[in-house]
Amino acid sequence: MDTISQSVVRKDHGDKVSGRSLYTGDYAPEGMLFGKLLRAELARARVLRVHVPALPEGYYYVDAKDIPGDNNVNMVLDDSPVFCRETVEYIGEAIAMLCGPDEETVGRLLSACRVDYEKLEPVIRLDEAHESFFDYTYSQGDTEKAFAEADKIYDEQFETGYQEHAYLETQAMTAEPEADGRMFVHGSLQCVYYVRNALQRVLGCGPEGVHVMQDVTGGAFGGKEDYPSVLGCQVAVAALKCGKPVRCVFDRREDMACSPKRHPSRCRYRVSVKDGRVTAMDVDIRFNAGAYSTLSAVVLQRGMISAPGVYQIPNTRIRGRAMKTNTVPCGAFRGFGAPQTFFAVEMMMDHIARDLGVDALTFKQAHLSRQGDITSTGGRYHFPVPLPDMIRETEALCDYRRKKEEYQKPQTGRFRRGIGMSLQFHGGGFTGSGEQDIIKAVVRLRKERDGTVEILAASGEIGQGVRTTFSKIVAQELGLPLERIIFEYPDTALVPDSGPTVASRSIMVVGELLRRAAVKLRERWADGEVQEVEERYRAPDFMIPFTIDHFAGDAYATYSWAVMTAEVEVDTLTGMIRVLDACGSFDVGTPIDRNIVMGQMEGGFLQGIGYASCEKIASDGTGRIRGASFSDYLIPTAMDVPQLRCMLHVESYPDGPYGAKAAGELPLVGAPAAFLEAVEQALGGVSLSHVPFTAEDAFSVLMKGGEG
Amino acid sequence: MAELSFILNGSRVRYDGSAADRLLDALRNEYHCTSVKCGCGEGECGACAVLIDGVLHNSCCVAVGAVQDAQVVTLEGYRETARFQALDRAFAELSAVQCGFCTPGILLAAEALLSRSPHPDEAEIREGLSGNLCRCTGYNAIVNAVKRAAEEGDGLW
Repeated sequence: MDTISQSVVRKDHGDKVSGRSLYTGDYAPEGMLFGKLLRAELARARVLRVHVPALPEGYYYVDAKDIPGDNNVNMVLDDSPVFCRETVEYIGEAIAMLCGPDEETVGRLLSACRVDYEKLEPVIRLDEAHESFFDYTYSQGDTEKAFAEADKIYDEQFETGYQEHAYLETQAMTAEPEADGRMFVHGSLQCVYYVRNALQRVLGCGPEGVHVMQDVTGGAFGGKEDYPSVLGCQVAVAALKCGKPVRCVFDRREDMACSPKRHPSRCRYRVSVKDGRVTAMDVDIRFNAGAYSTLSAVVLQRGMISAPGVYQIPNTRIRGRAMKTNTVPCGAFRGFGAPQTFFAVEMMMDHIARDLGVDALTFKQAHLSRQGDITSTGGRYHFPVPLPDMIRETEALCDYRRKKEEYQKPQTGRFRRGIGMSLQFHGGGFTGSGEQDIIKAVVRLRKERDGTVEILAASGEIGQGVRTTFSKIVAQELGLPLERIIFEYPDTALVPDSGPTVASRSIMVVGELLRRAAVKLRERWADGEVQEVEERYRAPDFMIPFTIDHFAGDAYATYSWAVMTAEVEVDTLTGMIRVLDACGSFDVGTPIDRNIVMGQMEGGFLQGIGYASCEKIASDGTGRIRGASFSDYLIPTAMDVPQLRCMLHVESYPDGPYGAKAAGELPLVGAPAAFLEAVEQALGGVSLSHVPFTAEDAFSVLMKGGEG
Repeated sequence: MAELSFILNGSRVRYDGSAADRLLDALRNEYHCTSVKCGCGEGECGACAVLIDGVLHNSCCVAVGAVQDAQVVTLEGYRETARFQALDRAFAELSAVQCGFCTPGILLAAEALLSRSPHPDEAEIREGLSGNLCRCTGYNAIVNAVKRAAEEGDGLW
């Protein structure tokens, strides 16, 4: 194992394990006002009037009229408001914020508010949505010709549901007006500069008027990528009006009902097969974006690029639409659009193989992409594709082929078993030319006289270990002990914009910039002097330029790879599905810290199993999310799974630090297909097409005598 | 009405609020025990778990009146013990802390488990931690760390 991969005690371990870390809600409340949001009760309506009860001294009502700048939260399109405009577009949309020194009193006043609405007709369900925020199509080859010449055409639809991030710490932000007139916003978040840019626009100030710091953050998974910009603007507008610090910490129900989730999807795959090979895929992807566009454009793009999976399909036509509905806006979530399409393509390949009477894994292997092959967007797989080896390793670990054959035999008795395997990649960093054209990351290292070195970067510790892994990279390159490297929670007043903490880009992109900066510092090192070095992103030379208009070129510089299996047992009396074994081989390049990377693999894997099995959000016909609590929305507990057996297969990447590639999102992506393929087998070879697939779903299949 | 008081981390404290107040709020707001986290407020996640007379409880579901004269232990008290040190070491070695929000509750759940079963097998550990949700780790590292603490802290429990 490389030295860099040897695990160390995490930099954040001591404070967290002893309970000393202060999360946003833990700061002493003295002098602070508590903010609570007045939220829409209808999915679509004109807000005619808000009846606010008489407010005691020191209590404030804050709404769009108090915004000094634009009522627009910077994301992709200008549509997400800070507080609602004339209409509300989903149940839970913020109308106003009530603030005051006593939290209970604020809550009482909030319940006394009455809103007069003029009800408008909402669009609730994805299949009745007609307005798309984004509608893209790209193609390769000649799909029509392939379909005309096909031996057989398959046509199936796959669905995925919402997924809630369920970070253990809910959304929480604080805004504090400072004596010098600046607004200081801090909270539980992933991207300090996203929040700062949003605040500048809403407060109508320049970069000197505001600074944003990340507090210790209790989990994020994408859920604190875009939304803290909204909540950050809300508390900042309130703090500006009240002239006092304002903090807003969501309760769990509010968080589950009103914060963004993973896009529910419906993907139709039409696939032509000739001589036992897939010759074309015509894919129609629809994501339920919810009421505002947020990050749906980029989520959709990644989903579309991933639509043909890890396979070489000579002819493709991929259409993707992000549809507007009057439901809670969907946003970023680990995997970012890819889990939906990877689920669909893996199930599709499995179903075709079964229809052709061939082994699914053999069928998939016959279509695998290899180094030098063309990607779905006409780019190249520039580096080795280690899937064949990873499949062998995973097969050996879980005894895949023997079990697959054994469970294929007719099963009797109460408990029946199945095993499934899925294959996937995750492209590292921003899609296309985003890193070069939009993010333009900058990092700095500052050496003090005493020889300690501080990392100045905007990446946030959200549990993924970045404070430790970044420090390890710099320590290694400078030959310094880890204690001499300092990396604090980022504050935009102090650190340059190295980009957001998203897209599995931190180690691969920002980590490499830090390594290069450390090389520079090492070369100029002068004892006893204060020194600062800077490094800026530049795209690797080998990349084929990407244009998003045509989805053409290298969407990603390189890919991380995964092979995942799940073995399940279905209780035919109750429908309960138990995961007996879950194995995975993951190529994320060189692990910068073995424990940390394994923690990402295991955590992501289980989050994916939850997505596939028990995590279900129902919304009723009015657009209200039902069961927004941990009593109804079940995430896996320690008892729900055995030890997840993850292995690392290292294919080092020359442009990543010490060979590291993207890691964080990959392990979630393939879990749903592996799980559902296993369930299909346990249920006697039915064809299933949706996740989450719960005990109720299994039971309903069993009641129908085994028809999907 | 009798004065409300209980023993918090070894010291007797008086509570001037209502007996109906949530223990979670009292611990965080009155006694600044901010290791006790609110993850859901309805007894599902275990982030607010504390020991009451040695038994694990979700403090969001306990009224202050219910702990009259009881021994309440939060991580602020527990972190001073040798048993904590054994857990701390194992959690550090296996990187079992990620975002850290569930960690205080997990550690007290581990203490509750090990104090009644000093050498648990994996199934017992999983059951003992099943009231504490963790969204980061997939539980492997936590389960393995509790197991290692039990082995290496032999004699402490």
